[in-house]
Amino acid sequence: MGNEQVRESAGARVTIAAERQARSLSQEEYKKTFCDIHPALDSKLAAVESSRCYFCYDAPCMEACPTTINIPEFIRRISTGNRKGAGIEILEANILGGTCARVCPVEVLCEQACVRNKAEDSPVKIGLLQRYATDYIFENKIQPFTRAAASGKTVAIVGAGPAGLSCAHQLSKLGHDVEIFEAKPKAGGLNEYGIAAYKMLENFAQREVDFLLGIGGIKIHNGKGLGTGVTLPELRKSYDAVFLATGLAGVNALQLVGEQLPGVINAVDYISTLRQTKNYSDLKIGKKVVVIGGGNTAIDIAIQSKSLGAEDVTLVYRRSASDMSATSYEQELAQTHGVTLRYWSKPVAINGDEKGVQSVVFEKTLKNVKGELEGTGEKFTLYADMVFKAVGQVLVPALLGEGAELLKISKGKIEVNAQKETSVAGVYAGGDCIAHKEDLTVVAVQDGKLAALAIHEKLTGRKLGLTGGKING
Amino acid sequence: MADLRCNVAGIKSPNPFWLASAPPTDKKYNVVRAFQAGWGGVVWKTLGEDPPVVNVSSRYGALEYNGQKMMGFNNIELISDRPLEVNLREIKETKREWPDRAVIVSLMVPCEEDAWKNILKRVEDTGADGIELNFGCPHGMSERGMGAAVGQVPEYVEMVTKWCKTYSRMPVIVKLTPNISDVRKPARAAHGGGADAVSLINTINSITRVDLDLMAPEPVVDGKGTHGGYCGPAVKPIALNMVAEIARDPITRGLPISGIGGISNWRDAAEFIALGSHSVQVCTAAMHYGFKIVSDMVDGLNHFMDEKGYAKLSDFIGKAVPNVTDWQQLNLNFKTIAHINQDHCIQCGLCYIACEDTSHQSITASRVNGQRKYEIIDQECVGCNLCYHVCPAPGAITMMNQKATLPYLNWTKHPHNPMRVK
Repeated sequence: MGNEQVRESAGARVTIAAERQARSLSQEEYKKTFCDIHPALDSKLAAVESSRCYFCYDAPCMEACPTTINIPEFIRRISTGNRKGAGIEILEANILGGTCARVCPVEVLCEQACVRNKAEDSPVKIGLLQRYATDYIFENKIQPFTRAAASGKTVAIVGAGPAGLSCAHQLSKLGHDVEIFEAKPKAGGLNEYGIAAYKMLENFAQREVDFLLGIGGIKIHNGKGLGTGVTLPELRKSYDAVFLATGLAGVNALQLVGEQLPGVINAVDYISTLRQTKNYSDLKIGKKVVVIGGGNTAIDIAIQSKSLGAEDVTLVYRRSASDMSATSYEQELAQTHGVTLRYWSKPVAINGDEKGVQSVVFEKTLKNVKGELEGTGEKFTLYADMVFKAVGQVLVPALLGEGAELLKISKGKIEVNAQKETSVAGVYAGGDCIAHKEDLTVVAVQDGKLAALAIHEKLTGRKLGLTGGKING
Repeated sequence: MADLRCNVAGIKSPNPFWLASAPPTDKKYNVVRAFQAGWGGVVWKTLGEDPPVVNVSSRYGALEYNGQKMMGFNNIELISDRPLEVNLREIKETKREWPDRAVIVSLMVPCEEDAWKNILKRVEDTGADGIELNFGCPHGMSERGMGAAVGQVPEYVEMVTKWCKTYSRMPVIVKLTPNISDVRKPARAAHGGGADAVSLINTINSITRVDLDLMAPEPVVDGKGTHGGYCGPAVKPIALNMVAEIARDPITRGLPISGIGGISNWRDAAEFIALGSHSVQVCTAAMHYGFKIVSDMVDGLNHFMDEKGYAKLSDFIGKAVPNVTDWQQLNLNFKTIAHINQDHCIQCGLCYIACEDTSHQSITASRVNGQRKYEIIDQECVGCNLCYHVCPAPGAITMMNQKATLPYLNWTKHPHNPMRVK
């Protein structure tokens, strides 16, 4: 299951025999199965929850947040009835605080660090409080940000995902003009095309993009990206600086016979189609679904398969539960949605005929004395009408177009220094296309913010510091 | 089980929990429900002369703190707005039906001898166990020369008390207002007038909050507000101090006290009893949760007394009074310092920032293997208790009394005191 074989991801084209499809649900049923996974707090619940915050000194939660949001401060503002101030406090450190409130794995970030865990194992619901605060800003159409005096500089950004948008907003605030090149028809990146639908209801990704662009000074060229309409050398020549936030265009392959059978689908492609679907009954889903992988994408596709009406969904991962990059909370979420999780098993063959996939053969695995994964020889077969591959996404340098070979790539990602500058002077990069311990939305936002800071310094000679998560000045 | 029977100047009740003179005791209907729930006695809502007073609509204000409703509570209601005849009839019926419970009648009439003489006779006819003189109501009635307007003038207190003792055989409890700089003065006056007991505190002049849209104090009556009488858990510390002041005053010492002020549970009651209260009166807690709260009050007090070996209330009435003293008597050579138990510390840092910003810089903040660590600098700690109070983790901070190295020394003999006793 290496990443040697890759191909560009695209929308899912699903072919599946009618008798092997799960029946479509009614609109009411879809409304239930795709309901908000964490319903928003109302004012009463927010008051109770915010009063649980101890307003720690040197708060561990704040340190656990990749964007260093001043969590005790925003929660205190909620508790005093200053919901607007709470929202602004968050957005100043993390302009995509609305998305992060919905998608962050808080159970391994801020909420894991909450001191309430130590005595009572029940952290303050920071994620939900963050949503409560930021929703106020969006619902009331408050635009708290203004731009500094125009610098006369223009920065090109490739990719309108979290990293690109975060960088664009900070640069605009600092007085620079920004032009974003986005290959997809809509801005938002994975917020729009990749995250599970039940986390981003009511077109939230686009509402957030609209809010973010409301500051002005940011122009988006849709349908254009590196290798598709523009090249890195052109951007370098025409703009004062370049920030690459391309994300990961490639998906890993299983390298198994039968992988090309109809009904064997890349999970990211299917989710991308699902997110753009107006009517879920237009989507085809198998009765029996097998998901291969151990990350959030695997969990997301498994749960959404269930939500679409699949009868049996089994997620198979080659290592243990604790090795999964999906958190134990996410795994439980899948289980409570009726997904069967199986660990210590790797796919060895995909069977079927020209009409489609029929089954997947797995071999049980174990960790040998050297700590390496090896097959035990024991096999089992899972029948499947559809198979989702969710074994990771990768950067495909060849897809970055002409001139991009100048970029130094290390361990499959674009190499950057501490200022997020690549091997090409004046070209910065952030988000999933550079290396992190884990690719998270919140980490991408921080990359964009730090890159904006570095670009600003390069363009103006003025070095700006950070106070907590906020840029000074 | 301990004997909770209570006797305040001859007024007897099966337990020391009485409902204070207030809305919950305005009618027979409420009082019967209270007795059914287990209350030992009631002080009937204050009776006045006919025609009855008129009350406003919008009567209560409250202080909510950190999600806790009614931490403090105030009202601008006046005395009973029902005809005197109706109240007297219901009092009589209630006492006849509930002979073992204490029924005390609160009274407030103009400061004229005849007015008191007349009403006392009628109250006595109801068979009530005693009367309580409302010298404390801080709003409305005080503007008409009654309530707190009397309670704030010790001479009036003594005069009216004397009238009541002259014209009635019933035990007289004088209810004191806290809206005065030294509560011992009216207490001594009540004592001088022959009062059988005092009850305190009545409510405190207050504005609970301002409606920032209307720009008016709450409760808002057609755009305006007025100060009300403050009560509820927030006033308990003030009440405890005033009770203690009277309990340890050389003149009023031994005068039975019915303690009032923010009593919400058996523990509050036990504290008032320890400071010299023979019975306690409750209002806000009952208005917040209903009469059923008395169940735990009785049960909890019982278990507490059993655990401590107190067979009857008199075994611990006033037991803490000898330990209430003047500041100048405190031992200046006593030393206690904070200790942080790292096993219980949750690393919130509240102790550190409280000490660092607002006290004595006696706590260090450091990181050990990335973990936050807060430690006391023993030499710098003055034993102020602030860290102990801000700490949200039970058992994380304890105050450790240090072994005495110097003998007892108070301010009266301290070398720094220019007026010291030599």
